[in-house]
Amino acid sequence: MGKVAIIGVGQSAFVRGYPGSIRELAFEGFKEAMQDAKINTKDIDASIICSAPEYDKQRSPAGVFAEYLGLTPQPTFYVETLCSSSSTGLKLAYALVHSGLHDVVVVLGFQKMSEISSAESQERMGRGADIQWESPFGTMMPAYYAMYARAHMAKYGTTSDDLALIRVKAATYGRINEKAVYRKPVTFEMFSDPESPMSNPVSSPLRVGDCCANADGSSCVIIAGEEKAKAFCEKPVWIRGLGAASTAVNMSGRDLFTGLTVAEHASRQAYKMAGVTPKDIDVAEVHDCFTIAEMMAYENLGFAKPGEGKELIKSKETYKEGSIPVNIDGGLLSKGHPIGATGGSQIRTIVLQLRGEAGQMQVKDPEIGLVHNIGGVGLYGNVTILGR
Amino acid sequence: MGQKREIDDRFKKFGTVSFTSFSKVNDFVDYLEDGKIMTTRCKDCGLVFFPPRADCYQCLSSNMEWVEISGSGRLISYSKLEYAPVGFGDDLPYSIAVLDYGDFKVFGRIADNIPESDISVGMEFKTVVNHLPNGQLNYVFQKT
Repeated sequence: MGKVAIIGVGQSAFVRGYPGSIRELAFEGFKEAMQDAKINTKDIDASIICSAPEYDKQRSPAGVFAEYLGLTPQPTFYVETLCSSSSTGLKLAYALVHSGLHDVVVVLGFQKMSEISSAESQERMGRGADIQWESPFGTMMPAYYAMYARAHMAKYGTTSDDLALIRVKAATYGRINEKAVYRKPVTFEMFSDPESPMSNPVSSPLRVGDCCANADGSSCVIIAGEEKAKAFCEKPVWIRGLGAASTAVNMSGRDLFTGLTVAEHASRQAYKMAGVTPKDIDVAEVHDCFTIAEMMAYENLGFAKPGEGKELIKSKETYKEGSIPVNIDGGLLSKGHPIGATGGSQIRTIVLQLRGEAGQMQVKDPEIGLVHNIGGVGLYGNVTILGR
Repeated sequence: MGQKREIDDRFKKFGTVSFTSFSKVNDFVDYLEDGKIMTTRCKDCGLVFFPPRADCYQCLSSNMEWVEISGSGRLISYSKLEYAPVGFGDDLPYSIAVLDYGDFKVFGRIADNIPESDISVGMEFKTVVNHLPNGQLNYVFQKT
């Protein structure tokens, strides 16, 4: 079987309170990807729709979207792994194309989170954990990641100041990403300023500034087999490596609290499939739903040794000019995190980087890029390696 | 007249808000009412679980026995929540945590009477039954 390429990428702006329905939101990401790929809906053989379903009144959105996007009578599938749904969708799309079953497949991720309150949203997200044994204690995503932060601090001496540096970096690039929900600057000083909302405790040791922004958004990635990719596309970006893993949903079943085992497993698979090592990665998108999540990603992906992630951010090695630029689009922290759309947006960022089309966010001449996309509290891990 | 069918929904009593009514390990809640924290062990292969399970993935047996969680566990990590999901606001602030008992780990809350300044990773705690103000039951970690 031949290679598989990404031939089109798109995303909506990530916003608070999208003034339209979910099918209209989906259309925005789809339109940009179709215009990017310069293809017709007749060229598409199948669609994979990705989201976390608990935010929507619509049951089974795949059929509704396929009709609205003009992708009937082709088959459509619905895929869910919480916050990593669209990376999982990409992996399955790869399998469909690589197997020869289909030639061109659309992966569309979306989420409209704004129809419910923040507290309701926390309750729904908390139910992505173990509803029988954990949710009855009153759990929410920030509290789980906060436990990872506490354990990382206890073992490695990581500090809240180290984590704040990650948010400052995210905001640096959120400011120049016109698709980002949070465009304002964040300074290190805000974290110690009681007047700044950034310093407000959420779940110790995490503060408001350590947490990503909820948003509404859609993303779209179009892939094709080698022959069609070369026919359709001047700058195909090849899918070089794919890794995915799962672990115990309940914290009682976890062995590691200073990192995510799913990211370790998924990255090992992806590096092996691509035949590269962490040193070969020129630009990366990691799942920074919380600052500690980016710190652990540095270590789980092999950019730093366990416990040494803080040195990478302190020395600014993960800035645009550094040795391993990470989240040069603002990340989930500033660009925003519309659950089902996030993975596809990360893929889009890396594709633009590898094509040299990332504008102000462009890293110097990258050849190989990596996407790390996590579902739940390290429940699902997906790592994708792309190359020119 | 047919006999009225008994509905065993004891599990809905677990936690401030329970999201589960029916489970084959409903007896866990009865044990809580008796002041005991129990879990299950597979009678066929000896594997001990927490939380309790009705089925063993190692040997596919459903032949389980209840065993009491005794002694103390080491605090792996914790976090004090300043915000809560819908339904838990009256409990704020509270801390969630994980204890390592060696053969298994337990996720739960730290007792309200322990100030955050007294808590550190590595401390020993025991797990005790807790009666919530709304009549529900859970368990919390108390100093040894």
